[in-house]
Order: sequence, then C-alpha cells, then structure tokens
Amino acid sequence: MKVTEKDVAYVADLANMDLSAQERAGMLRDLNSILGYIDRLNELDTSNVEPMAQVSDRYGVDETKQGSERFAYAYREDSVEGLRKSLSQESALENAPDADGTFFRVPKVIDR
Amino acid sequence: MTQSSPLTIDAARSAVQERKTTALALAEASYARIQKEDEQIGAFLTLCKERALEQADRIDRMAAEGKPLPPLAGVPVAIKDVMSTRGVRTTAGSKILGHYIPPYDCTAVARLEAAGAVVLGKTNCDEFAMGSSNENSAFHPVHNPRDLSRVPGGSSGGSAAAVAADMAVVALGSDTGGSIRQPASFCGVVGLMPTYGRVSRYGLIAFASSLDHIGPLSNTVKDAATVLRTIAGRDPMDSTSADVPVPDYVAELEKPVRGLKLGVAKEYFGDGLDDEVRHAVESAIDKLKTLGCEVVPVSLPHTPYAIPTYYLIATAEASSNLARYDGVRYSDRAAGVKSLSEMYRRSRDEGFGAEVKRRIMLGTYALSAGYYDAYYLKAQKVRTLLTRDFEEAFRRVDAIVTPTSPTAAFRLGEKSNDPLAMYLADIYTVTADLAGIPGISVPCGETRETLPIGLQILGKHFDEATILRLAHAYEQAA
Repeated sequence: MKVTEKDVAYVADLANMDLSAQERAGMLRDLNSILGYIDRLNELDTSNVEPMAQVSDRYGVDETKQGSERFAYAYREDSVEGLRKSLSQESALENAPDADGTFFRVPKVIDR
Repeated sequence: MTQSSPLTIDAARSAVQERKTTALALAEASYARIQKEDEQIGAFLTLCKERALEQADRIDRMAAEGKPLPPLAGVPVAIKDVMSTRGVRTTAGSKILGHYIPPYDCTAVARLEAAGAVVLGKTNCDEFAMGSSNENSAFHPVHNPRDLSRVPGGSSGGSAAAVAADMAVVALGSDTGGSIRQPASFCGVVGLMPTYGRVSRYGLIAFASSLDHIGPLSNTVKDAATVLRTIAGRDPMDSTSADVPVPDYVAELEKPVRGLKLGVAKEYFGDGLDDEVRHAVESAIDKLKTLGCEVVPVSLPHTPYAIPTYYLIATAEASSNLARYDGVRYSDRAAGVKSLSEMYRRSRDEGFGAEVKRRIMLGTYALSAGYYDAYYLKAQKVRTLLTRDFEEAFRRVDAIVTPTSPTAAFRLGEKSNDPLAMYLADIYTVTADLAGIPGISVPCGETRETLPIGLQILGKHFDEATILRLAHAYEQAA
C-alpha cells in the first residue's frame, strides 16, 4: 500500500474536503489501485527529458521569436476596462448563496 | 418537416432561406422530438425555449426580408452543459453548480449564435466532464439512443445522444481525454476535437486547462467542418487561443485524398482491442487505401504510458481548477454551517460526486509536497515523450488512423464500480489531448449487435483540414 489512511486524511484536508468514513475507505482502495497502475511510468528513464506543462508554447506561436515574444499576438493595451466591461456588482453577486448587495457574506472567520 | 435521413446544416439553412420551412418550425420540431424521446434518453439537463424561439424569430424575419442568411441560420443546436450560457442555468453536470446562471456567454456558443444557430438547451454530461460513460452526471445518466441499456460514452454523452437521436442537428462537446470522440463513436455520430488553441475556451468550465478542447458532434463530417469554421480562431478572451489562420474547412473537404500517407501504429491494435472493432477499423483502412491513400506503419512507442500520464496531469489540473467551488461566489453552500472552514468542507463534500472527489484527491496527492517530482513532474516529462512520438510519426505521414475506443458501447453499470477499468476506455484518445493534436471519430460500421464503431483519424497541429478531408472521403465512400 502506497497511500495510507493518514495520507487520505492529509490530502482531503489539503483539498478542503472532510469525506465520510466510507468515502475515506473507498478512496484508500481506489488511490492505491490507480497509483499502482501509474507506477509503470517509472519504467521510463526521463532524466534528460524536459517537462511539458502545456502545448501552446510549442505550437501556433511565432517560432522565429524567443520567450514571451512568441506570444506577442496575445498582448493588449493596459486599459482600465480590460478586454470587456466588468460585471456589475449586482450581476457578480447574483449567484452568491449569501450576499448583502455589496459584499459576499460568509460565516464568521475568527471566533472570539 | 419529416426526415428519413437526418437533417444537415445546409439542408436546414436552405430550407429556411427558401421559405420552405421556418427556423421556428425547425426549433418546434426539435422540441417535439425532445419531448417524445428524451424521457428515455436523458440527453438534456436544461432547455432554453425562450432564447431559442427569439433567435428563430430573428432568423425568420431575415428570411422574410429576403436577406442572405448566415451559415448556421435556423440550425437547432445543443450545447454541453460545461459551456456558459448567459441567463441559462449551467451546471457542468454537478450538484454544486445546480443553481448557477452565468452572467456571460462562452465564445464558442456566442459564435454559433452569431452565425444563426438556434440553441435548444444544455446537454447532460459526466460531472465536470470527468467520465467515459455519462454515469457520473449528478442529475441522471444518459442512455445510448442506439440501445437504451448501453451508455452513450462520456463525458459529452448528452451531446452525442442528442445528435444521434435527431433532437439536435449538431452539438458542441468538450474533449479533455476523449470526451467528444469516444461518445461520438459509441452513438454512431461524427465527433471532432480540434487542435489545442484552435477554439477559444473562454466560458468553458475548466476541468484540466492544458487539455480542454471544445468541438462539434454532428451527423456528417461536412457539418463538423461548418461548425469548426464558425467557432475556430483567435479570441482575445483566451490567451491560449492561437493566432493561426482558419482555413475554409468546408471547401477543403473536396480536395482529393489520393496520395495522402496514413500512419498505422501497432500500439493501437494490441491487447484489449475488441475483435469486431479491430475488423471494422481494418476494413475502414482498406477502404481508404482503395481511395488512393498510402498506408505506412509508424511507431508510437510511449502509448502504453498515456493513461497514467493523463490521469496525473488531468487530475492535478482539476484539483487546482475545482478549488474555486467554495460556496461563496456561485457554487451551492451547505446549509447550517457555522465557520468558514466548515462551509468550504461541507459545501464541497455535499456538492461533489464520487468521481470528482476521487480526481481531486488523486490530483492533490500528485501535487503535494514529497510527491510532486515522483508523480506530477514525471508525468509532464512523459508528456514530452508522448508528444515527440507524434512529431516523429508526422514527419512521415499526413494522418494516423486508429480505433476510437477499444470496444463498442458498454452497458450501464458495467464499469461504474471500477475507476481504473473506466479510465482504460480512453486508451486510444487521451494521447491526442496530451499532445494537443486534432482528432476526429467517424462511424465505420457496427458490431453484430448493431452497436456503432468509430474510426479515429489524428492529424498534425492545426491541420484539421486533412483529417476532415479524410473522414469526409471515407464517409462518402462507405
């Protein structure tokens, strides 16, 4: 077993989830099964391979340029409005479970 | 308007232009069909009749004035519920977004509507597009129109089913690991995943940002080409949308395929491939040969490492993207919470389904201190190797042909208790997402049980034109 119950609790905490006892047991089983399969990546020697985070810095860019100049097409003016008008306050708060018309409202953060 | 063969974009548009029917009548016919069929199929989560009828009316008034109609005028379309639609509930198939009404439109949807399309509603999908069977929808599963006991594939299962059951002429789906092509294959329709960056992701609810693609599902290759032409191209609202000219994909369809070199990789025909699927795909390759294509063996040696790589990168990105569902701004909040931390935890515990939690956990684990190098970084390096495999192969061939999925549609419930077995349903599709290359699935026959089989054609970056041309030539000849 690679992943222990303690790991499950730790990772759930990082991910801001509690998970029921039953869910934790299922997670322990599934994560070990999936990570067991994933272990086959260790068959590959990648010591001289560059990691790849995304494709858009490799394809569809100006390859004659270097660094951020490759993305020159994505530059824009630094204007107050940005690319589109901001949402109105009303519209931005419309989907909030709790709001007071000006702010999002959340439970108390600090207990005294 | 009754059709024996499914309505196409051109047929719908010309019928409206020539006043043989109206956009309103087409929309009403689609809704009637949804009313009749969708209780059994479950393809739609939300209908937006008011928006549809307004748009239809706009088109009909243009037609009445004799104005030339835009390319998708009056065409009833369905949108996967991961794409934001202003004023129309958008759930991503998740309970946590069960009441979310976006204040803006996804660029791809806006471009379709600007081209005259009539948006009927939002289609069902696996929660946050995570799944290969549509059984992970928080609302209800989708049944395959070709056999209601079977899954439609996923995650764009509702979009594929809506097109297969003629409830919509075309649909938009999203593909992160095969979620357009695999359901297209299972439902017997065409599904196109464009090159990464070809179509703006603005307004697409993020699953794995470096892998997410929007693309069409349709009954014909030509319709897929028409939709791609409409939605493709640079959008300043998505900085990863590429500034690469968009060709006229429809005009390109008619170019000859004679002399094109097709790569066939043995790695896509190994263990786990169903015999009937193998046979159908090999017959399809033979058909392309008779059309003058040359078949060239190629090797994609890192293919067996694609699924583990994908499930690390996709889940790592997902764990980060889904951190935004906190019960504050737009996601549902658990009732009766007393502290901020409890609000986060209980809202997420109650709002996310089992597969989404599993992927958040796996991704968080892969990114956590002590495991980052062993898992996430390792996967990123193997992603480079997988991409190089394609670069090597595409030096010698114009396209690569493979099965879309190792099997035809499986039964509901068949794999839902075994996440790993479900992940392996994506074995032939995930690599293209990782490399960012385009791929199309086109129907290539049926099993003895009359379940559809899909042929997958993969192309070079930004060369959708060639794979569309090949798929079109195959479709016309088959």
